[in-house]
Amino acid sequence: MALFTQSFVITLFLGAIAAGIPLLLAGLGEQLSEKAGVMNIGLEGMMLFGAYTGFLAAWASGSPSLGFIAGAGGGVVVASLMALLCVRLGLNQIVTGIALTLAAEGLTALLHFVQFSRTYPRLDGVAPLPIWPLSEIPFVGPVLFNNNAVFYLAIVLVVVFSWIYRQTHLGAALLAAGDKPAALDAAGVDVMRTRAMAVLITGALAGLGGAYMSIAVAGVFVPFMSHGNGFIAIVLAMLARGRPLWVLGGALLFGGSLSLTTALQVAGIDVPTDVIQMLPFAMVMVVLLVAGRKAALPQALGESFVRGAR
Amino acid sequence: MQAPIQAPAASVPAPSGAPVVALRGVTKRFPGVTASDNVTVEIRSGEVHVLLGENGAGKSTLVAMLAGLQQPDEGHIEIDGAPVAVTSPKQALAMGIGTVFQHSMLVPSLTVVDNFALGGVWWKRPDRAGIAGRIEETAKRLGLRVDPYALVSGLALGERQQVEILRALMRGSRCLILDEATAMLTPHEAVGLGELMRRLVAQGIAVIFITHKLNEAIAYGDRISVLRLGRNVGEIGPETLRSATDAENTERIIALMFGTSRAGEGSRGEHRTRVVGDSVLQVENLCSEAGRVPVRDVTFSVRSGEIFGIAGIDGNGQKELAEVLAGQAQSSAGSIRLMGREIGGTSVGDRRKSGLRYVTDDRLGEGTVGIFAVATNFLLKDIGAAPYWQRGIEHPEEIRRQADRHVQDFDIRTPGIQTPVGKLSGGNIQKVLLARELTGAAQAVIFAKPTYGLDVNNIRATRKRIGGAADAGKAVVLISTDLDELLELADRIAVIDRGSIRGIVENGEGARDAIGRLMSAGDDR
Repeated sequence: MALFTQSFVITLFLGAIAAGIPLLLAGLGEQLSEKAGVMNIGLEGMMLFGAYTGFLAAWASGSPSLGFIAGAGGGVVVASLMALLCVRLGLNQIVTGIALTLAAEGLTALLHFVQFSRTYPRLDGVAPLPIWPLSEIPFVGPVLFNNNAVFYLAIVLVVVFSWIYRQTHLGAALLAAGDKPAALDAAGVDVMRTRAMAVLITGALAGLGGAYMSIAVAGVFVPFMSHGNGFIAIVLAMLARGRPLWVLGGALLFGGSLSLTTALQVAGIDVPTDVIQMLPFAMVMVVLLVAGRKAALPQALGESFVRGAR
Repeated sequence: MQAPIQAPAASVPAPSGAPVVALRGVTKRFPGVTASDNVTVEIRSGEVHVLLGENGAGKSTLVAMLAGLQQPDEGHIEIDGAPVAVTSPKQALAMGIGTVFQHSMLVPSLTVVDNFALGGVWWKRPDRAGIAGRIEETAKRLGLRVDPYALVSGLALGERQQVEILRALMRGSRCLILDEATAMLTPHEAVGLGELMRRLVAQGIAVIFITHKLNEAIAYGDRISVLRLGRNVGEIGPETLRSATDAENTERIIALMFGTSRAGEGSRGEHRTRVVGDSVLQVENLCSEAGRVPVRDVTFSVRSGEIFGIAGIDGNGQKELAEVLAGQAQSSAGSIRLMGREIGGTSVGDRRKSGLRYVTDDRLGEGTVGIFAVATNFLLKDIGAAPYWQRGIEHPEEIRRQADRHVQDFDIRTPGIQTPVGKLSGGNIQKVLLARELTGAAQAVIFAKPTYGLDVNNIRATRKRIGGAADAGKAVVLISTDLDELLELADRIAVIDRGSIRGIVENGEGARDAIGRLMSAGDDR
């Protein structure tokens, strides 16, 4: 088949990675929060706000690294609101999450309009960090070992999170916070603090994912640019049943379907973009149909914890 | 966590020693109720101390205070004779009070070992092998078998409970609280738990066993404190318990739980003049597996103008029986006939149309819709019916007229008929329910715990309505856990125990004792 030239396949894989990394980061974060019992619907807002703050910092300082840090920070800002409202004050997690997402969308669109609507500044992209000599391997090298630092960090996080969940007291505490918070409380661990920490880390990861989209992939900030990625990440986290490696697989799958558009264009096949852009969402439906029924969620997911309440 | 059990296994229990834990004059109030009222209880090591009482007697509140979940408003807790404040579950544990709650406090998605390790330094690996070793060692000493690496979600409820008891002991508990520990267990598991309690006290642990089941209290307890409406109404010590027969003990406890026998039983008499007519409601060999307690082979019949009482300790199938009769739960065998017509297979609505009414004890849950107006709640079961609706169109003035009439007739204290019913007091919500269920062409009415949780005035008013329903020629089934209420109102009283009727007693001279005997006779099985 003429379609599967090497350049097509490499473009497809690179695209899958570019689109998959934000999903992976946000999905890992959501998985963490859900384990701890917080349904983080505000993920989309955290990504978007991170994309904005990350772009702003990278543009102002000229340093993508500072941009990534600022993106994570932006996510944490939104997440701290989530932690305050849902964990501390026990408000409804779904409603709060939706409100935060809408607020982030409105705020970033407004700020973008005020600052950049005439100039439309672009960033140069992020220089890759080739891992020599692995980067010289044909095909595998350019796809896996010639990427930027955030990519490597995301992969390392998959391993780190797996280790935390399986091997540490923290992993057990997180599970307990989501499954039986009263048991964790009785064991002398602060449930609110455990959950708040999980939400803040989620914010940082989602913000970093957003910044990756604006700084490394697009090079610009566009209002609403997170484009449903946060919600796909929520689905990913749910389907992954607590396993970080499954989030990685899911992120690449969805990232692949997101990147098909570009890859098909490279191959010279003209399919209306509107059709192609539906692909990831159609994929969500299909995967949910196949695997969603068996997804097990923590018992106390979405419930705020009040000591002594039954 | 290092020392598995503090009292050495060989230590001899000190039955008359100073109390390990004591509640002194403890009072706890919640909005509208006094859950504990000046309660004093002393817990000694080497004894199973039973706190016995009905639902709502204040047992759980005492547990919550001992476990550090709630603080007393008055009075204090003493440990080894010194007053202390138990402000958190962690502190309770540190003081040697371990609690096994009715609902498991284990994380189902973790293994037994990881549940025990919960709360360690966050980045460290749990010492799984070490903990597993200690679990096995402690389990062996207590004659239990526990797989430390099993996932908790895969364990039976009885096994989970054993795991929780082990955990409490490994954390150095000297006083172990078992809250309604047998409620979720199979009979076989319950016996196992009883034996385990004996082994625990033999090792010098003080056990507090909370239950509402009389037979368990007598079988496993060394000392029994009876709670009633938040007060400690009496204690039976080990000497008395051991020297008397089970039947005598049962009688003594029932007297404490339901009030003492009063000579004469004077308060009844008016309803004697009622004309008792033909049989209206006939229940034959009714069985149901739908609820938590299966209903087994229930047979009775109620005539018009008669009040048929059903007595029994709460949670023995009363709710299930009421729901099967009302059509809210399915029967698996037997027949229910109303005015000679079989209604066993019909829907709730059909039964209502043929004249059966059910006044639920779950007033706000299934009886009314809290956010709906009082006027709407009157019509909750007649939505779409004439004359309030005609061809699907609501007729507000008819609805208003009916609501005004109910409010006046039933003396409902409400700011207005458009007030959401959830804003009213419990007594007034009950009146709304009564108004709805007692109007219209009712033939038979089932009351489930109609005065539960009401104050004295509303209890009076409700009892009067029940009597009034019978006076008007309706057949009344009155399910109650308040024996005095049944003795005051009912013509005949059946005793229900674990879903089946133990016997039926004509109300009159000696009825109280006869009912007491039936209640305790069922415990021998």
